[in-house]
Amino acid sequence: MKYVDEFRDSSRVGPLLRETAGLCGRIRSQRDRPLQLMEVCGGHTHAIFRYGLERLLPQGIELVHGPGCPVCVLPMGRVDDCLALAERPGVIFTTFGDAMRVPGSKKSLLQARAEGADVRMVYSPLDALNLARQNPRSEVVFFAIGFETTMPSTALTVIQAAAEGIGNFSVFCNHITIIPTIKAVLDSPEQTLDGFIGPGHVSMVIGTEPYGFIARHYGKPVVISGFEPLDILQSVWMLLRQLADGRCEVENQYARVVPDGGSAPALDAVQEVFELREFFEWRGLGSIDHSGVRLRSDYARYDAEKRFPVPNLRIADPKACQCGEVLKGAIRPRQCKVFGTRCTPETPLGSLMVSSEGACAAVYRYGRLDLPGRTPEPAGATQA
Amino acid sequence: MRREPGRLTVPTVTLAHGGGGKAMRDLIDDVFVPRFDNPLLAPLDDQARLPLALLAARGDQLAFTTDSYVVDPLFFPGGDIGCLAVHGAVNDLAMSGAQPMYLSCAVIIEEGFEVASLRRIADSMQAAARNCGVQVVTGDTKVVPRGAADKLFITTTGIGVIPAGIALDTRSIRPGDRVLVSGPVGAHGAAILATRGDLALDTPIESDTQPLHGLVREMLASGGQIRCLRDATRGGLTAVVNEFAQAAAVGIRLAESAIPVLEPVRGVCEILGMDPLYFANEGVLVAVVAPQSAAIVLSAMRAHSAAARAADIGEVLETLPGTVLLGTGFGSDRILDMLVGEQLPRIC
Repeated sequence: MKYVDEFRDSSRVGPLLRETAGLCGRIRSQRDRPLQLMEVCGGHTHAIFRYGLERLLPQGIELVHGPGCPVCVLPMGRVDDCLALAERPGVIFTTFGDAMRVPGSKKSLLQARAEGADVRMVYSPLDALNLARQNPRSEVVFFAIGFETTMPSTALTVIQAAAEGIGNFSVFCNHITIIPTIKAVLDSPEQTLDGFIGPGHVSMVIGTEPYGFIARHYGKPVVISGFEPLDILQSVWMLLRQLADGRCEVENQYARVVPDGGSAPALDAVQEVFELREFFEWRGLGSIDHSGVRLRSDYARYDAEKRFPVPNLRIADPKACQCGEVLKGAIRPRQCKVFGTRCTPETPLGSLMVSSEGACAAVYRYGRLDLPGRTPEPAGATQA
Repeated sequence: MRREPGRLTVPTVTLAHGGGGKAMRDLIDDVFVPRFDNPLLAPLDDQARLPLALLAARGDQLAFTTDSYVVDPLFFPGGDIGCLAVHGAVNDLAMSGAQPMYLSCAVIIEEGFEVASLRRIADSMQAAARNCGVQVVTGDTKVVPRGAADKLFITTTGIGVIPAGIALDTRSIRPGDRVLVSGPVGAHGAAILATRGDLALDTPIESDTQPLHGLVREMLASGGQIRCLRDATRGGLTAVVNEFAQAAAVGIRLAESAIPVLEPVRGVCEILGMDPLYFANEGVLVAVVAPQSAAIVLSAMRAHSAAARAADIGEVLETLPGTVLLGTGFGSDRILDMLVGEQLPRIC
């Protein structure tokens, strides 16, 4: 498959890893703790586990799985709000697939659907708008979630709805912004990160410039990365090269998709429809200033929070749950007290266990090989 | 005395058609009897009577299976619920090495279902049964009120005979054995996903629904040592291989690059963030064979039209009992686990 297979070409892995190991050795000789690199984006976390990349990297490099899975950072209170909307008579509640299983304080959307709520999975907010056109007597609510990646498509859909005067469509807005989140991680006293694998799809929208402060003020290198295994390995190598050279810059490994200036039409649409909230509540991380957006008052009629009553209650995360510390990189998933015992993909306690992009779900699903007592044979023996 | 066959004159099925009276007789006579016509069905008794001698002449064990079909949409690229219900029963029988012989067919119809669609589905079942060399010898029809079922459900039960000397069993799997797959995986699941209205994906993917008993016959005739067979339906290739690993308490390692996947199926999966190894197949089997038999069984498979792209995809390990590993081609393995629920597309 063009534009995919080239970035999964295993013959290029060896040389890249050898160079990475060389750089790692040079850096490690001057320090006594492992190098910690955070991949911010859930898509990266998924790829890292899917291709077993952590197991390939030289010892002494730790990948910290950051807060970039929008499903994982949604607090329980917001899920409860979703459920309240979904269970209103006459509402067709539309959502991306991953969000179906996230537990609220009492149930998930999947359970609500089983109990009779009309919850439908869509792939785009435009699909939801279509449902509104086809079901003029129902109220169609779209569960808008995601970072800057999905924000423009929600904005353009709202603009489209307004242009057509579609009155039975609204958006329950849970869009969040990446920069304040990274800043919150950097300001956390527990963090000991050495660099960032920057998000690819988000950057396609916002460009590379907004990350400048990470290099300038916090002195950490950033490499914007693609999602294929070679993309990620190359980004790690680029980060190590910066560290070895004593440089601290924002570099763009994913230039085939990410323009430095981002996408002006996408940003215009976002600007037109959304405004920053003063703060937004994150699961595990607490409240972060200016980290979420809501619909501007011009578009209030498309704002589900204004059109329908939602409980809007803050629900504390379960006490035993350490998702926040995992998100900040303070502990590894397996160090969480309830990992794999009270919290499993079958009965997730914390949201990091729910989505396939959640760090804990990924470690649980793909990472059991690293458990003590498991000694797999050398890989590659069966490559046909 | 032979009674006059009934005929349907209305365009939709009503509750009267399930009431046991004349309307029901008309439905059965119009839709099912002429299509499934055979001497065992003809008396239209409450049961079909199968001569034991006929069965005993073919082997020494009876294989017996049942499955329900609730696929939505009923018609999809490459097939429909009718042929699916026949192939499903036939394939479940075939995985024991049995030659399928007789099917039952029970349908549950939602009030208001179009008679024309019902005829189309029965046509498809007829064609599939004829193609498979099996007879539908008994059946049942129920009509339920609107909303009590989704359009149409079909349950097929099948009987086949296992020839003497064949004993396929997951517990006979041994370290060193090879894992073979009969063709590209994921097409049925991807076709259904792409067809469901709300996704609006335009792809050329067709379901792979097809009977596999002819292929199994050729595989057994090849003389190779076959440990066990299973068709990779719900849960896809991943579920079957995990079932093998657990049943035989062995580890299994698959090589991702060796697993055939059609290019459009890969494309859909890349777009939606899904994995074809979890998608249902309706005409793909997985075989575990003794290492020295892998080549001969594989070439027998490839010579059959149902398995032209058959491939050797992995091996049975001595270590890691109950675990399936996937070699990613990067020199690293990951665990290929069964899913908790259904596969959901990812956001980013």
